[in-house]
Amino acid sequence: MNGLTGAYVPGGSPLHRLPAGAKLAGLAACCTVLVLLRAPVSMAVAALVVGVLFAVSGVGVAAAWAQVRPVRWFAVALFAMQVVFADLPSAITSVSRVVLAVALAGLVTLTTRTEAMMAFLERCLSPARWVGLDPFRLSLLLSLTIRSVPVMADLATRVREAQRARGVEWSVRAFAVPLVVSALRHADALGEALSARGLDD
Amino acid sequence: MIELDDVRVRLGQREVLCGVTARLPERRIGVIGANGSGKSTLARLLNGLVLPTSGTVTVLGDDTRRHAARIRRRVGFLFTDPDAQIVMPTVAEDVAFSLRRHKLPREEVQRRVTDVLDRYGLAGHADHPAHQLSGGQKQLLALCSVLVLEPEILVMDEPTTLLDLRHSRLVADVLRELPQQVVVISHDLALLADFDRLLVMDEGRIVADAPPPAAIGHYRKLMS
Amino acid sequence: MPRLTGGKGFPTGDIARISVFAALIAALGLPGTLNLFGNTVPITLQTFGVMLAGTILGSWRAALAVAVLLVLVAAGLPLLAGGRGGLGVFAGASAGYLIGWLPGAAVTGWIVERGGHHPGIVRLAVACVVGGIGVIYLVGLPVQAAVTGVPLGRTVLLSATLFLPGDLIKAVLAAIVTKGTQRAYPDAVPAVHRERLRASKEG
Ligand SMILES: Nc1ncnc2c1ncn2[C@@H]1O[C@H](COP(=O)(O)OP(=O)(O)OP(=O)(O)O)[C@@H](O)[C@H]1O
Ligand SMILES: [Mg+2]
Repeated sequence: MNGLTGAYVPGGSPLHRLPAGAKLAGLAACCTVLVLLRAPVSMAVAALVVGVLFAVSGVGVAAAWAQVRPVRWFAVALFAMQVVFADLPSAITSVSRVVLAVALAGLVTLTTRTEAMMAFLERCLSPARWVGLDPFRLSLLLSLTIRSVPVMADLATRVREAQRARGVEWSVRAFAVPLVVSALRHADALGEALSARGLDD
Repeated sequence: MIELDDVRVRLGQREVLCGVTARLPERRIGVIGANGSGKSTLARLLNGLVLPTSGTVTVLGDDTRRHAARIRRRVGFLFTDPDAQIVMPTVAEDVAFSLRRHKLPREEVQRRVTDVLDRYGLAGHADHPAHQLSGGQKQLLALCSVLVLEPEILVMDEPTTLLDLRHSRLVADVLRELPQQVVVISHDLALLADFDRLLVMDEGRIVADAPPPAAIGHYRKLMS
Repeated sequence: MPRLTGGKGFPTGDIARISVFAALIAALGLPGTLNLFGNTVPITLQTFGVMLAGTILGSWRAALAVAVLLVLVAAGLPLLAGGRGGLGVFAGASAGYLIGWLPGAAVTGWIVERGGHHPGIVRLAVACVVGGIGVIYLVGLPVQAAVTGVPLGRTVLLSATLFLPGDLIKAVLAAIVTKGTQRAYPDAVPAVHRERLRASKEG
C-alpha cells in the first residue's frame, strides 16, 4: 500500500488548465450524449472526438490504455452477448458507448490533480453542513481516511496471519470479527486522540 | 502544577478511581501500577479527556470540568499507539495539523515543523507517508506533533511500550531534556528511575507516593 | 468517559469511525485481504464492507463513510477492488452499483437502528439483504442496462444468476460477523453508541 497516488499525468494542455468543475460538467454532458446516440456512425464520430481530446491532452498512449484496460473483458463479453441477442450495429454501439465513456472519464482523471479534484468534490459534499460537518471537519475526514487505509491494510494482514497461525484461515468469521473489532477499537482511540489534539475546542 | 482533590471516576458500573488526592508540583512524575489499576484513567483526567464523577482536577489553575478546551491547549498528550494519533497522511502535514489553530503564515508553520522534525531526527522524512515510518519513528512523530505546540505539561501513557530498546532510550533522553513538567505512565521502570516522584496505583487508589527507589520497592512487593 | 462530542454538533468520535470504516472498505478490496476457500474464488469483499458499515455505524454515518470513499475514488485514488480508481469507474457499467452503495449502506443502517439496543441476527440479515443487495441492485441494474444498452429484463436475469448467490452469502456473513462484533464490543450497536455519546455529552 505504498502508491496511494492518483493517475495524474503532469502537463500544460488546455485540458490540464480547465478547472475540475468544468471538466466534470463537460464529462456529464458527454456521457449523456453518448447514452442518446444510437447509430454506429455517430459512435465513430464520437470516437474521433475522444481521440482528438486525448491527442490535445498529450497524456500518452500508455496512460490512456491504463484507463480503459479495466473494462476490456467486459467489453468483449458485452460485444459477444449483443451480437448473439441483438445485432452487430447495436453491439458496436453498446461497446463503444461504454469504452468511450470510461475513456473520457479517464481523461479527466489524467489531466486533473488529485488535490484539485478533491477540493472540488469537497465543495460538492458541503450539504453535510446540515448535520454539523463544517468544511474543516470534512477535509479532515478525507485526510484521515487516506491516512487510515494503510493502517487498516496492515491490520487486515496481521489478523489474517494470526488466524493462519491458529489454523482457522478458512473461516470468514474468524477473520472478520477480530478485524472489525480492532478497527472499531482503533477508530475510538483515534477519536480520543483527535479530542486530545484539540479538535473539540 | 496539578492538583487532584478526592477524585472519583465511575465508568459504567465500575468505580475506576476511588478517591485520589494529590498535589504534583514536581517536574518529572511517574505513575506505575498493575494492569487495570486506573493509570490511564488518571492520565486522561489531566487534560479533560475523562471528567471526574466527583471531586476536582485542577491543572495550571483551571478546573478541567470547566476549562477543558484551554487545558487541552496547554497540556500535551502522548498515547501508547502512535497509529491512533497520527491523523494526517504525511509526516510534515501531521505536525502542521497541530498548528492549525495558530493562524500562522505558511512559512512560519513550515519553519516550526522543520525545526521540530530536525530536533528529533525526522527531518529527512518530512514528505514521507506516515505509514512508511517504523514504530519508533511513528512514536517520535507523535511526540513532535505534541511538542511543536510547546505545551506546559506533557502527559504520556506508556510511550515506550511498543518501542525497542534503542527507541525507548531515545524517548528517555528526550524526556530528560524537556523543560516542561511531564507525567509518564509506564511499566518500564528503567525509564522512570531518575524521576522526581513516583505514584504507585492499585485498584483505583494511590497506594504509594515516594521518590523512585522507595516507590519501586513498594511496587515490587505489591506485585509479588 | 471520554468526551467525544464536538462543539459544532458533529462528534469527533464519529469522524474517526467514518474514516476508519471508509478505509476498511478500501482495505477489503486489496488482493489477498481475504482468501475465501483458499484463494480459488476471487471475490471482492467491498460490498461486505459496505454492509458492515451499515450495521455498525448506523444509517447516515455509513452513508457518509461510503461517500468519503467514493470521493477519494473519484479524485483518482486506487481504492476499489483490483486497484481501480478515477472517474472511469463512474462511467462504466458498474457505476450504478457504486452509487447504490450510498443508499444501500444507509438503508442497512436504518433497519438495524430500528432494532434498538439488541438487533437480532434475523434483523441484521434482513438489513444486509435489503440494503446491501436490494437497494444496491435497484440503483445498479437500471444504470447497467442504460450504459450497456442491454434490455433491463435480461440485465436482471444475468446479474441474478451471476452475482446474487455470492451476494447472499456475503449478506449472511455480514450479519453473523456483526453479531460477533457486537458481542465483543457492545459499542458496535448504533443505538448503544449513540446513547453513550449522549451520556458523555452530559457527563
Ligand atoms: N469505558 C470503560 N467502561 C468501563 N470500564 C472501563 C472503561 N475503561 C476502562 N475501564 C476499566 O477501568 C479500569 C482501569 O482502566 P485503566 O485503563 O485506567 O487501567 P490502566 O492502569 O491504565 O491499565 P493498563 O496497565 O492495562 O493500561 C480497568 O479495570 C478497566 O477495565
Ligand atoms: Mg493503560
